[in-house]
Amino acid sequence: MAAEQRPHVDAVTGTATTGHEWDGVRELNTPLPRWWLWLFYVTIIWSVGYWIVYPSWPLISSYTRGTFGWRSREAVVTELSLLKAQRGPMMQQLATAPLQQIADDPLLLDFARAVGKTAFADNCAPCHGAGGGGAKGYPNLNDDEWLWGGSLDAITHTIRTGIRSNHPDTRPGSMPTFGRDNMLQRPDINAAADYVRSLAGLPVAPNVDLARGAKVFADNCAVCHGRKGHGQARSASTISFRSCAGTAARARRARRYWSTSRTGASTSSSSRSGRRRSTT
Amino acid sequence: MPEYAFHAYLFAAASAAAVFAIVDRYYDRLAQLPPLTIDGKPNYNMGPVKFATVAAMLWGIAGFTVGLYAALELAFPVLNFDLPWLSFGRIRPLHTSAVIFAFGGNVLIGTSFYVVQRTCRARLAGDLAPWFVVLGYNFFIVIAGTGYLLGITQSKEYAEPEWYADLWLTVVWVTYFLVYIGTIMRREEPHIYVANWFYLAFILTIAVLHLGNNAAIPVSLFSPKSYIVWSGVQDAMVQWWYGHNAVGFFLTAGFLAIMYYFIPKRADRPVYSYRLSIIHIWALIFLYIWAGPHHLHYTALPDWAQTLGMTFSVMLWMPSWRGMINGLMTLSGAWDKLRTDPVLRMMVVSVAFYGMATFEGPLMSVKAVNSLSHYTDWTIGHVHSGALGWVAYVSFGAIYCLVPWLWNRRELYSLKLVNWHFWISSLGIVFYISAMWVSGILQGLMWRAYTSLGFLEYSFIETVEAMHPFYLIRALGGALFLAGALIMVVNLWKTVTSVSELEAAPGVRPALAAA
Repeated sequence: MAAEQRPHVDAVTGTATTGHEWDGVRELNTPLPRWWLWLFYVTIIWSVGYWIVYPSWPLISSYTRGTFGWRSREAVVTELSLLKAQRGPMMQQLATAPLQQIADDPLLLDFARAVGKTAFADNCAPCHGAGGGGAKGYPNLNDDEWLWGGSLDAITHTIRTGIRSNHPDTRPGSMPTFGRDNMLQRPDINAAADYVRSLAGLPVAPNVDLARGAKVFADNCAVCHGRKGHGQARSASTISFRSCAGTAARARRARRYWSTSRTGASTSSSSRSGRRRSTT
Repeated sequence: MPEYAFHAYLFAAASAAAVFAIVDRYYDRLAQLPPLTIDGKPNYNMGPVKFATVAAMLWGIAGFTVGLYAALELAFPVLNFDLPWLSFGRIRPLHTSAVIFAFGGNVLIGTSFYVVQRTCRARLAGDLAPWFVVLGYNFFIVIAGTGYLLGITQSKEYAEPEWYADLWLTVVWVTYFLVYIGTIMRREEPHIYVANWFYLAFILTIAVLHLGNNAAIPVSLFSPKSYIVWSGVQDAMVQWWYGHNAVGFFLTAGFLAIMYYFIPKRADRPVYSYRLSIIHIWALIFLYIWAGPHHLHYTALPDWAQTLGMTFSVMLWMPSWRGMINGLMTLSGAWDKLRTDPVLRMMVVSVAFYGMATFEGPLMSVKAVNSLSHYTDWTIGHVHSGALGWVAYVSFGAIYCLVPWLWNRRELYSLKLVNWHFWISSLGIVFYISAMWVSGILQGLMWRAYTSLGFLEYSFIETVEAMHPFYLIRALGGALFLAGALIMVVNLWKTVTSVSELEAAPGVRPALAAA
């Protein structure tokens, strides 16, 4: 326990210990390894050098700026302007050129595709899939079925205004809840469903009243989905889909039309749905 | 707030149990406090150490399992089953807190109470206090862990528990400090052993970090929600001052203390250099505290703070390595024991991992490297080479030493099982960190790749897809590591239940190695 009279020397290494012992543990008094000490000095010298040339120590109301004059904010601005230069005038052209002009100019089209690839992958792919193959509830973008039209203009409009968004020209996709809001009774809904299946060429039970379904459809569905359920999209969309795409004006009309009956549903649903039934 | 009410019930139940235990103890107690010495030998208080050792293994297994599940969720997101409490956002802090604070914390409290008694030749200060520290700390873990699952969090990484849990931990931690310093003050040795310097640095600094980072104002006494007093970039800076020094003082200083006691003990050799020890602790604690800003490179943090964070991290390289040198070179004259003693081998490999991680850390703190590595899996790989390789291995080694000592057993049940544990988990670590290195660097390169036209080459989702095979390898590595730890639990269980007792006077240490 107590410090010994002469230095205790470790037999294996021949190095003196500090002379203390704790629970059987002693400590050698080995000097610091030289290579280690020099590396430590090197890191300190390097750090001091770094402080001199880069922003480092805080002062009362400012900080040491460093002799290189480097600022992270300026570095970002420089890098962004370099990127802008790299993308060059093509970017400007792309922003203003009409769609057809882009399609006709192979150089510009290549450029647009390069932009579009990343834009699609970062914004569309999470729902529609990396290859645009779609998923449940998210339409396939690889086939010829277009709910809202497949022309360049129509797709551009869909991307710009979204579907059921707050944009005034958005694609309307709000089919009313005929059942919950008491606009149609269950037998009518069933009849309409059978009629829709018949329109799509799908088998229906032999004893269903298709005539009743046809009337319900004509009174409630045809306004958006078309008399024969082909939808309103420019391409031939069929009844089995929710399509009722049309022009922006048509979208506004449809929203006004449905909003009156839907907002009424919560306050006096019976009288309103009664009135709607009476008009049919 | 049913979640908050649940925690209130837990507090009430724990209080009732504590009152019962204290009253029960009062009636059962001897007429006076346990003697400090018996026949001139210190009457060590090893009950709390035993409890912490068992708790460490239980929490360790739980923490590794949750980690494995989180890894599998990253590879197969469907595994969250759309259950809020099983989602990655809640599982992840559960994992980190379970391994760092529950496993690591119990290892630190347990070994520190052991080491401080043995190297001071004094019984732990306080009678109820050491038990309060151990039980109170584990109660904090329960509150923290159940809180994460129920969605209670203040959203500060590694400091997620809300204000009431933080207050409780503060009480426990101050008691811990008092017990520790009290034991050192009644020591029978003229000098304080180096391991105790490191334990003290750990206890003291964690207290300061905890108070600084969790300064918050609760919305009301009846709500778990609080708001941190720091805001904006100051909050970020305080958070990483805390976060990096949790690494520096919890996961480094504390476990270096374990290294400084258990490696010389197990190798039966003197510590390599007392001079290195002195420079080690002062340089480490002086430099570490500055390094936090390297977590905030290229952010709104002012340039000068980023520079200081980076340069101090680089200067930290050599002080960290002096810990490695001291640990490894302690084996000079005993290298042959690595062949025969897998426990010593585990601890020596842990020091090697420490050296590797503390070289990688300064490297990653350099801004040019950081611009590639930041936010990628490289960081996860770096953390786990330190966490699995260093922290867990040195803990395993210490527990393998401790269990026969504490339960007075002749030896471990099986050194062969230790060997299996060592090789299986080493393979797991290699799978884990190499997968994360490749994945992280790939991720970083993909994020910054531009086409010749000046557009990003890859979308984010493509980089996620590219990670998938590495996430599988990582999960495999985690599974192997967990398997190794389960082998360890079996081995320790058999050691306590079926190895014969050492016939020796109480307080005398059993033989070190069974080999």
